[in-house]
Amino acid sequence: MLPLVGSAGPLFQWSWISSQSGTILSLLVQHIELTAIAVGIGLAISLPLGVAAWRLPALRTPLVGFTGLLYVIPSVALMALLAPLTGFFSVTTAEVALVSYTLLILLRNTVAGLSSVPADAHEAARGMGYTQLEELFKVQLPLALPSVLAGLRVATVTTIGLVNVTAFIGQGGLGQLIIQGFGEDFNTPIVVGLVLSVVLAGVADAILVGVEHLVLPWRRAGAGARR
Amino acid sequence: MSFLSHVVAFFTTGSNWTGSSGIVALSLEQAKLSVVAVVAAIIAGVGAGALLGHSGRGSFAVVNAANAARAVPSFALLTLIAIQPAIVRLQEGGFLTAVITMFALAVPPILTNAYVGVRDIDPAVRSAALAMGMTPGQLLRQVELPLALPLVMAGIRTAAVEVVATATLAAYVGVSDLGTYIFTGLATRNNVETFSGALVVAVLALAVDLVLAAAARGLTPVGLRSPSRSWRRGTVSLATIRPRRTT
Repeated sequence: MLPLVGSAGPLFQWSWISSQSGTILSLLVQHIELTAIAVGIGLAISLPLGVAAWRLPALRTPLVGFTGLLYVIPSVALMALLAPLTGFFSVTTAEVALVSYTLLILLRNTVAGLSSVPADAHEAARGMGYTQLEELFKVQLPLALPSVLAGLRVATVTTIGLVNVTAFIGQGGLGQLIIQGFGEDFNTPIVVGLVLSVVLAGVADAILVGVEHLVLPWRRAGAGARR
Repeated sequence: MSFLSHVVAFFTTGSNWTGSSGIVALSLEQAKLSVVAVVAAIIAGVGAGALLGHSGRGSFAVVNAANAARAVPSFALLTLIAIQPAIVRLQEGGFLTAVITMFALAVPPILTNAYVGVRDIDPAVRSAALAMGMTPGQLLRQVELPLALPLVMAGIRTAAVEVVATATLAAYVGVSDLGTYIFTGLATRNNVETFSGALVVAVLALAVDLVLAAAARGLTPVGLRSPSRSWRRGTVSLATIRPRRTT
């Protein structure tokens, strides 16, 4: 790995890492906060919109189309487009952009999950005298949960990567380390930012897999039975 | 003047379009970067993915590595490559850095989709092709690749969206493309320039996506087309192939 060691310094300079551990930790916490807020708001918007899009097919194409359009716009450009409304260096701009990218994934997976609820379940719920709302909350949404959670995993991991880019407008969590390393021609901060964001994505994904196991016990049992 | 009229003025000023830092030149630079990276990624990704799907050997390791690679934020990769002395010596203006980063980002979705597309072909179709006397090469070129094409195109589309986004970021490491407006505007607090540049980038990204969607439709074998369920395709690929973006 000789070519990687040059004027840009070592990939891991432990003395720098230990001297900066306080800063690194607070940036990591900021990174987690920005992610959690974005995914939380994204979920709060996508679930009702997903139910609406599923119930009213006329809404489906415009909703999926609009969220798809947001998804295609590069994040730096999206933040710059939002900025005149939400401020050029504000948390709001960063969060609105981050939420936008979660919408497509969460909305599509919610609609797909609800659409995959078997007709039998619907018949059974009606036979048991459930009202529409009861059926939605007790039968359809729980059955759509695997798909929603799968979307939540992708949205979370994606958001963790994207938070880095919000460093350009003064936010960014670990992205600040990347900007710092580039500015100082110094590998270590960039590598620390990169590694921590990959690790964070892995940990978040693992936690959500755990949640899946906890809230979908029937799935676990089913998987066991099939083997 | 209001903010929007400044933006209109930006686009109606002729000198903003021409010259080496005009909209036309910067758009072309961004297009050049993206095309080089995507074409290279298609050659490498489709080739490797199709061979893996065809033979099935070593696929587990490669596909998992491809997925893991996608967790790396492109912004970190871009800046890390940009400051390596060996790279700095070889280039002027960040072009090489950007191409390497974009190639690294574009290969995994293309490779994974090509692999899954070829792997999931009905074995009966393969047997039929072999029974007709096709050689393995013919099977791959005339049967497996055409049938895998919808998934391959979906992978290319995912990759292209990533690539255009990363090309915008590339301005940060010295490439003169549309991102230059955004970063210069942010650095000098010239909000009109930032916004106008972002507008061009957004239009370009949407155009790329639409063109690739149309190409995907045109290239899909007639027997595999299902226009009425087009919105579902994304759902299927989300569940299995997990498109991701990091910029």
